[in-house]
Amino acid sequence: MSTRRALQLVLALIAVLVLVYPLLTSGSPVYSRLGALVLLAAIGASAWNIVGGYAGQVSVGHAVFFGFGAYSAVVVYTHLEWPPIAGAPIGMALSVLLAAVIGVPTLRLSGHYFSMATIAVAELVRVLSSTSEFLGGAQGLSGPPVPRGALDLSFISATPYYYIFLIVLAGLLGLTWWIERGRMGFYLRAIKDSERAARSLGVSAGNYKLQAYMLSAAFTSLAGSLYLTMFGFVDPESGFGILISVKMVVMAALGGAGQLLGPLIGAAILVPLEELSNSLLGGKGAGLTFVVYGAIIVIIARFLPSGLLSLVERRPTAPNSAAPKSTGKPVSGHAD
Amino acid sequence: MSLTLLQVVVSGLLLGAVYALFSSGLTLIWGMMNVVNFAHGDFVMLGMYTAVVVWTAMGGGPWASVPVAAILIATLGVASYFLLVRHIMKGPMLAQILGTFGLALFLRYSAFNVFGANFRTLPDTLVGGSFVLGGIRFEGARVLAGAVGLIVTLALHFMLTRTMLGARMLAVSEDATAAQLMGIRPQRMQALAWALAGGATGIAGAVIATFFYTSPTVGETLAIVAFVTVSFGGFGSVLGALVAGLIIGVVESTSAYLIGPVYKDVIVYVLFVLVLWFRPQGLMGKT
Repeated sequence: MSTRRALQLVLALIAVLVLVYPLLTSGSPVYSRLGALVLLAAIGASAWNIVGGYAGQVSVGHAVFFGFGAYSAVVVYTHLEWPPIAGAPIGMALSVLLAAVIGVPTLRLSGHYFSMATIAVAELVRVLSSTSEFLGGAQGLSGPPVPRGALDLSFISATPYYYIFLIVLAGLLGLTWWIERGRMGFYLRAIKDSERAARSLGVSAGNYKLQAYMLSAAFTSLAGSLYLTMFGFVDPESGFGILISVKMVVMAALGGAGQLLGPLIGAAILVPLEELSNSLLGGKGAGLTFVVYGAIIVIIARFLPSGLLSLVERRPTAPNSAAPKSTGKPVSGHAD
Repeated sequence: MSLTLLQVVVSGLLLGAVYALFSSGLTLIWGMMNVVNFAHGDFVMLGMYTAVVVWTAMGGGPWASVPVAAILIATLGVASYFLLVRHIMKGPMLAQILGTFGLALFLRYSAFNVFGANFRTLPDTLVGGSFVLGGIRFEGARVLAGAVGLIVTLALHFMLTRTMLGARMLAVSEDATAAQLMGIRPQRMQALAWALAGGATGIAGAVIATFFYTSPTVGETLAIVAFVTVSFGGFGSVLGALVAGLIIGVVESTSAYLIGPVYKDVIVYVLFVLVLWFRPQGLMGKT
């Protein structure tokens, strides 16, 4: 009881801290930018979490949706002179469509096929985008150099971005929470534990996985569009690069995949780490950052497969947890 | 068929035999223990760097670099099995994918830090020039690579299907507990599978390095080719990987010739998606 009260207090304190964070860091552009970056990364990772965490379908190609979002935003500016954010709905629609095209054949198969297909499609789109004149080729495209109006969402300070990202993240987490508690959440968990059992009980597993994938794609695309409003530039590597996909997976997995706040926690740890190693190591940092990333991923997979949250949250269920190691999880080796 | 097209098909077949070789390691592991090694392409990359180092530092040709790469990558495979894969294969799907994927990033960017981002190529003279036979021009390095690919892949296939050791390994892949009751040690067999897969992958890397550029990120491209080959051939089937590799090699080289080199990757990816749509179990896979 008291631990629960304490936990609630800590959570409330963190919520207040998140709300006033820009006020605390208003003197330092570096830290206020860092806050916005953490939230943006958390949006991407939380979107991934819907299909990767809750439905247990590990996409390693979410960059394709992120890139769709970023490119849609910049393309409506470059070719139509619209405000970039007007491209967001287009990117989301295209992403949902693509998710259906990838998902329908591959979600029927064992999870490995899905993972490989997502990598292959993301790479295919990256190669195509770098040869496309329309998308600016390998050089990429830039957004408006100076804001033409409020709708361009172009600010010098990071604070407005912080609050925009915070609102989107809150909406996404609210939606995820609603799904988690509803019928779909139960079905997704059932599918993740044993698809065969879920199917035999009449859950149309393919449909729910596909819905989760499409929803996840839409929000990942929104994250891409938001990225473009803040950075004002995208090229094939920063839009469709495999590392974009990897970061979403790693953040969610580090915090706890399939947990509401897992991706946010992962982002709050990894984004500062990456920024720090980039600034400490300068131009040479990028390579070393990913060595560290790789090592962290291996360590999570080996020693902490359920993420950091599994350390804190021992699921306060029935007190008679006599069997200490009965996680109840069957060996997930079913291929079909 | 015009002579040029025949030339294109022949070089496609030679390339395809190499694809088959470096995909056979992936399919072996996948079929044996239902684990996809996402670091597979980076194993090939390290095999290629081994060849580069053997050549630049020791002046050794393919006769030296192929065995060295085979031993090194086989060791890497066994180490990955005991330190990582053995533990994660019992865990959730996410942990399996993350584990080998993390390994991939670690190896790729470690190579980036050690060798730099530059492309390296071995000199043409390392595997002597070319010859003309029946109007078709054969490059020494590619013929060597194709021949090695074909021989090693077939050897692997016959080892798995015609020997007692292969039977033991297949027994473990079908039912590890039952195999254990028959006096087979599953861990030993699985470690052996990683050694064999690593050895084949190392050989593949060393021969590819004789005609292909070596860079830290080359594994990413090669891994996708291997995924396509394996899902096309059917997971677990080395013979399937051979047939699929040859087909993909020919498709790639003819589309590069007919449509343009930029689109050869695109064609391979499209082929992959088509296979997943219409024949997800692959040419020779179990349903």
